[in-house]
Amino acid sequence: MTHRVRSAIGPVARFICRRLAIGLLTIWAISVLSFTIIQLPPGDFVSNYVARLSQTGGVGTAEDVARLRADLGLDRPAYVRYVHWAWNVLHGDFGRSLDLERPVSELISERLGLTLLVALGGLFFAWVFALPIGIYCASHRGSIAEYVLTVIGMVGMAVPAFLLSLFAMYVAFRYFDVDLGTVQSPQYLDAPASLGKTVDLIRHLILPTAILGLGAMTRLFRILRANLLDEIGKPYVVTARAKGMRELALIVKYPTRIALNPFVSTVGLMLPQLVSGSLIISLVMSLPTLGPLLLRALLAQDMFLAGAIMLVLATLTVVGMLISDLLLAWLDPRIRLQY
Amino acid sequence: MLDRAAAVLDAQPVLEVRDLRVHFDDYDGIVRAVDGVSFQVMPGRTVGIVGESGCGKSVMARSILRIVDRGSRVVGGSVLLRRRSGVEDLMQLEPDSRPMREIRGREIALVFQEPMTSFSPVHTVGSQIIEAVRLHSGSSRAEARREAIRQLEHVGTPHPGYIMEQYAWQLSGGLRQRAMLAMALVGGPSVLIADEPTTALDVTTQAQVLELLHSLQHQSGMALMLITHDFGVVAQIADDVVVMYLGRVVEQGPADAIFHDPRHPYTRALLSSMPSVIAKPRARLATLPGAVPHPLNRPPGCAFHPRCASAIPGRCDRDTPRQSVVQPSHSVNCHLYHEADPT
Amino acid sequence: MRRRFVKHRLAVCGGLVVVAFYLAAAFADFLAYSDPGKLDAQRILVPPQRVSLWSAGRFSPHVYRLVRTRNPETLVLDYSADRSVEIPVVLFAHGYPYRLFGLFPTDIHWIGTRGEPTESSLFLLGSDALGRDLFSRLVVGTRTSLTIGLVGVCISLVLGVILGAVSGFYGGIVDLVIQRVIEMLRAIPTLPLWLGLAAAIPPTWSVTSVYFTITLIVSFVGWTELARELRGRIMSLRHEDFVLAAELCGARPRRIMFVHMIPACTSHIIATATLALPTMISSETALSFLGLGLRSPAISLGVLLNGAQNIQAVALYPWLISPALPTAVIVLAFNLMGDGLRDAADPYA
Repeated sequence: MTHRVRSAIGPVARFICRRLAIGLLTIWAISVLSFTIIQLPPGDFVSNYVARLSQTGGVGTAEDVARLRADLGLDRPAYVRYVHWAWNVLHGDFGRSLDLERPVSELISERLGLTLLVALGGLFFAWVFALPIGIYCASHRGSIAEYVLTVIGMVGMAVPAFLLSLFAMYVAFRYFDVDLGTVQSPQYLDAPASLGKTVDLIRHLILPTAILGLGAMTRLFRILRANLLDEIGKPYVVTARAKGMRELALIVKYPTRIALNPFVSTVGLMLPQLVSGSLIISLVMSLPTLGPLLLRALLAQDMFLAGAIMLVLATLTVVGMLISDLLLAWLDPRIRLQY
Repeated sequence: MLDRAAAVLDAQPVLEVRDLRVHFDDYDGIVRAVDGVSFQVMPGRTVGIVGESGCGKSVMARSILRIVDRGSRVVGGSVLLRRRSGVEDLMQLEPDSRPMREIRGREIALVFQEPMTSFSPVHTVGSQIIEAVRLHSGSSRAEARREAIRQLEHVGTPHPGYIMEQYAWQLSGGLRQRAMLAMALVGGPSVLIADEPTTALDVTTQAQVLELLHSLQHQSGMALMLITHDFGVVAQIADDVVVMYLGRVVEQGPADAIFHDPRHPYTRALLSSMPSVIAKPRARLATLPGAVPHPLNRPPGCAFHPRCASAIPGRCDRDTPRQSVVQPSHSVNCHLYHEADPT
Repeated sequence: MRRRFVKHRLAVCGGLVVVAFYLAAAFADFLAYSDPGKLDAQRILVPPQRVSLWSAGRFSPHVYRLVRTRNPETLVLDYSADRSVEIPVVLFAHGYPYRLFGLFPTDIHWIGTRGEPTESSLFLLGSDALGRDLFSRLVVGTRTSLTIGLVGVCISLVLGVILGAVSGFYGGIVDLVIQRVIEMLRAIPTLPLWLGLAAAIPPTWSVTSVYFTITLIVSFVGWTELARELRGRIMSLRHEDFVLAAELCGARPRRIMFVHMIPACTSHIIATATLALPTMISSETALSFLGLGLRSPAISLGVLLNGAQNIQAVALYPWLISPALPTAVIVLAFNLMGDGLRDAADPYA
């Protein structure tokens, strides 16, 4: 009997270690991938730079170009540059943006907050709405409300986020005369931080967050409902009912609790989609998140910036998935004790 | 417990099912899962409800507590429960109403076949028993916990404190079923419905659990309704037997009468298909020809006639047999024991 | 029972819509009455036109001649109908030449105008900023987007089926490696990846090369879902008797996998592929919308929506957003159909 108790601690640690290892491996793979992608386009930053220079009438001599290449380490083989880059990143140095001529870390940290805000806001939105709607639909099977919600769920899942945001912007602009292409009303643009400014910011973020959350919400809601319907038929629910529990209390305590497990793991899998979604919505609504910056960096072949953004986004996603895995292990004793 | 003991002497049934009908909707029509079932459960006695799988035993047990699945509905009949406050017809109560919930677990408790899935896999066994305690008494958590441990001890589990902290899937089958019983008994029910309580267990554990059920019943004087497809189990502990076929009762009576003087061809067939230690060595077990028809195409007349060796053509396949009393408290629904209607 | 039926009916509706869309794609050039690539500086941003069906009490569909005026104050171009000139609209008119199914040279289109060239008179859905007819572009763009989805699914199907089957069949270390790779790919936010890959396409490449590269990029991530699904199926089939029988007969693993096991999962594969298609279509649309996917002169739904990026423009010329509708409808239809197929393939999933 004692060995059971002891082994109950071991698996948790094993589970966490396994997940951590996979997470680290993923981050490493992403760093290689992002570095490779950045190397893919023909030419490099210097040739682009020279091209742009000559467009504006400037002239770069061959020596200048060679010197710039050497300065940037572009004359060395790719793997050397990768190791060099990775080493610096590990020490918190993301290099300088060649295009915007500012430290990459500075550029990213400026926009990271808003990026996280939008993505997590979307996640929050999805959770807050999916949970009660899912429970309602599962416990009111066959009702008209359930049918309507299901149809809305299908439409919400089918219509891509960027179309939704485009449409929302059109409606807002056309019928409410609100320009959603900004995060801040003009009068607050250069104002110092204040309550009014924060409220204004939140007001402008509600729509993008809701649009981002809607897609995730409908997906979550469908999963939750399917799981709940599965669980509601299980004998332990009948047992609880035979004990004399109230129907709602019963659904909330038992099936929902179990249906939450796949729910939590789906949230983890949904994070990459949320990040992608937040980028594209930012692009459509021109929110100053990392999305537009990434697009710009990619188009300008600003490799340090683009690589760093991809790495940061992916790392955040991996961390998020790790958290959801741990949450899952905490929620579900079957994983905690048997993995 | 004293008034329970008094109730045993009282010849009034604690639970009486009268002409219960439960239907549910299937893809292709209405299934009459329980089609006019009547029987009585006496306090302190054990009724065995026997029949092949799909004959409506479990649906009937659940309809008594009004916890049938969505899509099924009780269309007729009554279930009379004798309480201290008087006799109450459970079919008149709303399924999710307070009075009905108070009957569940406190007056009538239910134990299922699969204790593994009857416990939630993500809640400890203890928390589920404590919950059952608290649903029926206003006791504090600590009190409820003590009560839960006491019940676990009562059903003979070793280390009840340890069991409390386990999840159902960590326990052995026998322990799980004991824990299940403990949970059912916390409300001190006057009727315990056990739906195939031993099917999932191996033979030794099966015997232990039956023994336990028997002694628990003996101590508390509650009535036991044992639902099973296994005549062996019935033979071990039942006082009365109700044999069901396709949602109808075909024969009922005291266990002795049913075992030694079965009247209905179906009961006979079931009994002769049971292995026996006194049978001749190497004798073939009798088998019942054919299979249970789908409840949707129930044969007309006596539902058993296509498989019955002594079916009377022109009668069994046309008229539904009525109940004939062959002995006091032993009745059978079969044309063989019923004079032809004058019409 | 009712919900299954409703679901089934929705799936059938979805299937019909999908079929209709693919038919439209097959006859895209026939349905497009104007040359989708023809620029016309005189017909910039024409609003959608109404076709009047009756003329002097007789059935005679016609449009009125467009008159272009410039608003002297706002300098915005205005189009008005010259009610005195009726241009008849006829069925099966001659228009720009094309090859039906790429084979039969013809110039018949479903409608056209008589008297005046169709290109400058008929604008059912209006025209874009370069004076091209939006309806014709929509039809041709739908064809591109739909085929990208199909080709993309085929690629991810091949990848997913092979890797999923191998992973599920052999198990052990092979399975472990493939599963970890899939897990990693799924942890990467797809959009930055796509953006990165798409940005790497040299602008000098031809339309066809860009098309295939985008298809490749879009299917790059799509295969993981399929591989996971198939792996699960193969693993459960691994212990079925018919597999054992094949093994006992001395069949090689490759034969067992491809001749015995994969056909047993066909319905699953079809259902998953159907659900993967809309993802591919909306990915392509998103990429092209951002200007990183297909680029003009290629026409796809995303390329068309690219013109609707500027919200002020959309507010002034709302018909530019019309490509959003077929995109949403086709994605929804595929989802409904896929849902139904999956239910049919595995009612317990």
